[in-house]
Amino acid sequence: MSIDVVLCVPSCEGPVRKAFEVTGVTPAVATSGRLNEITALEPSDGFAGAVINAAAIPFNDAMNLCRQLRARERGVGPVILLLDHYQLDELTFREDLFDDFVVGPFDVSELATRLRHRLRRAGNESVAPRLEHGELSMNLETYQASIAGRVMDLTFMEYELLRFLATNPNRVFTRATLLSRVWGYEYYGGARTVDVHVRRLRAKLGEEYAHLIQTVRSVGYKFGVSADYTEGA
Amino acid sequence: MQSQAQYVLRTVEERGVRFVQLWFTDVLGRHKAFHVTPAELEDALDQGMTFDGSAIDGFSRVQESDVLARPDLTTFQLLPWYEEGAGVARVFCDIVNIDGTPFEGCPRQRLRRVLDTSRQQGYTFFVAPEIEFFYFQGLDVTENPQPIDRGSYFDLLPDDTGSQLRRRTVLTLEEMGIGVEHAQHEDAPGQHEIDLRYTDALTMADTVMSVRHVVKELARQAGVTASFMPKPLAHVQGSGLHTHLSLWRDDKNAFIGEGTYGLSDVASKFIAGLIAHAPEITAITNQWVNSYKRLIPGAEAPVAATWARFDSAALVRVPTLKPGRIDSTRLEYRAPDPAANPYLAFAVILAAGLRGVTGDYQLPKEGQGGVGLPQSLGEAVDLMESSSLLHETLGSHLVEWFLRNKRSEWDAYRGQVTPFELERYLPLL
Repeated sequence: MSIDVVLCVPSCEGPVRKAFEVTGVTPAVATSGRLNEITALEPSDGFAGAVINAAAIPFNDAMNLCRQLRARERGVGPVILLLDHYQLDELTFREDLFDDFVVGPFDVSELATRLRHRLRRAGNESVAPRLEHGELSMNLETYQASIAGRVMDLTFMEYELLRFLATNPNRVFTRATLLSRVWGYEYYGGARTVDVHVRRLRAKLGEEYAHLIQTVRSVGYKFGVSADYTEGA
Repeated sequence: MQSQAQYVLRTVEERGVRFVQLWFTDVLGRHKAFHVTPAELEDALDQGMTFDGSAIDGFSRVQESDVLARPDLTTFQLLPWYEEGAGVARVFCDIVNIDGTPFEGCPRQRLRRVLDTSRQQGYTFFVAPEIEFFYFQGLDVTENPQPIDRGSYFDLLPDDTGSQLRRRTVLTLEEMGIGVEHAQHEDAPGQHEIDLRYTDALTMADTVMSVRHVVKELARQAGVTASFMPKPLAHVQGSGLHTHLSLWRDDKNAFIGEGTYGLSDVASKFIAGLIAHAPEITAITNQWVNSYKRLIPGAEAPVAATWARFDSAALVRVPTLKPGRIDSTRLEYRAPDPAANPYLAFAVILAAGLRGVTGDYQLPKEGQGGVGLPQSLGEAVDLMESSSLLHETLGSHLVEWFLRNKRSEWDAYRGQVTPFELERYLPLL
């Protein structure tokens, strides 16, 4: 059995080095945190995990790196962030970018314990909540929706409408229901607003996928993949 | 609200947005923007951006000049013509006073107020404009502008720059969620038209601002100048912003009825209101010296306050419906030009129509009579000054500033000696 290689950005010194030794994993140090450098260091069976010291490089770079690692086709295992105490606030809404974190000053046994724990659990790691429906994919944590691999530029209400419909596939909703469930407040267009947003969503889905949102004559709309739909009024 | 801010911040991060443009509009409909970096965005979303309002046309007041641009998060949208990874997004702003009250010179909130009034009466107002414009060769067009083609109405030309540009523009608009009904070559050389699908009036005013920006931006990228000037060339027709209108009540089209052409009583009174108040609102729907060169006889543009089914010189037209499309019953108001401030134009059109409904106005006979529309900016401004409808709809701050600004434009123009005069008079007199 090969020894686990754990990616380490931007350095592996002091308590971090010790924790690696205690855990029995080999660090692969990428000083720049650039993807090229990381790929060059990657063993043939991939990284077992990654430790990123966000206190040692600009915080946004650390977050971008996490995001890039996550976006890669080949995962890097659990991502553990090392942080300064004052950076804790910055983690809000970025919870999906890492699996665990340790706040400095770093304690060798804490670091080692978390490393071991995370590496063991790596087999059944949790993933960001996703909504998949044929070619439509919505990441509910990052608010990004894509169709056939193409990211869609949605406004907030378009996103919310699509999410609501796609969460309840093949159920027919009246305009009034959609308005109260998705918008939840009075809006200038009244129920016609729903039609306007459906049109915009269909435009953004593109001709090929516009039929995902179907008009149900004199009732409302539903999300579905069956072929018998009618064009919007 | 909270989740909308989260959505915006998260999308900025996920999509690598480098700049967010905070868009707003001055009284004359000029497009203005702040550019903020993602680092500043959270503050801007939270508190708005403070700026000195006196720098903006129509925003100046003597005592207090600091105002806030407050983003309307529902309008956050990535701009598709910037590169992935170096993205730029936009969000429309309302202008408010430091204490949070709506700023009187903010056209967007003026329209909001008029829409609120109509909603209290049970009506929602939908608009769908047809936007006409010209493409000219090159980027410097102030002298001897040359249209980029010699086409005419509905011409299908070989794949020239104009058609390519128009197609790319429509695709870009669709990517931004702006529904385009159709686009075509218009009557004059280099003149094109984009017809938008209806939305509520506030969204549509935002959309008109977006469309003007996209048309100009994509043209500039192709080394071409796009212009929404109402009458850029003397001997061909000008560019209009024919605006289709409908009122809805309880999710039913309130213009459908048993009267002539399937119109309701509400529709007749709305037309009567438009016709009665058209002369006084023309300063808003046609706000430039040049606007009045489009409103001349024989140029497919209205010159008097009349209504009709077919006459293309009528001010209000009742379009024929496609079979089975009774829900698209609507009116077409043909005076506005695409260089108007869309927020104010939609506000005064709705106010004029509603005045007809609440005041029980009588519809004149089709195609008959009708007061003349003002023939010049000077005349239009005089009519505006004495209009109580406009003072009520737009507020005195805005009306007074507008009158001052337009009187000085008119005076500057009156002092010009034109080639027409030199050619005609100099040898003779």
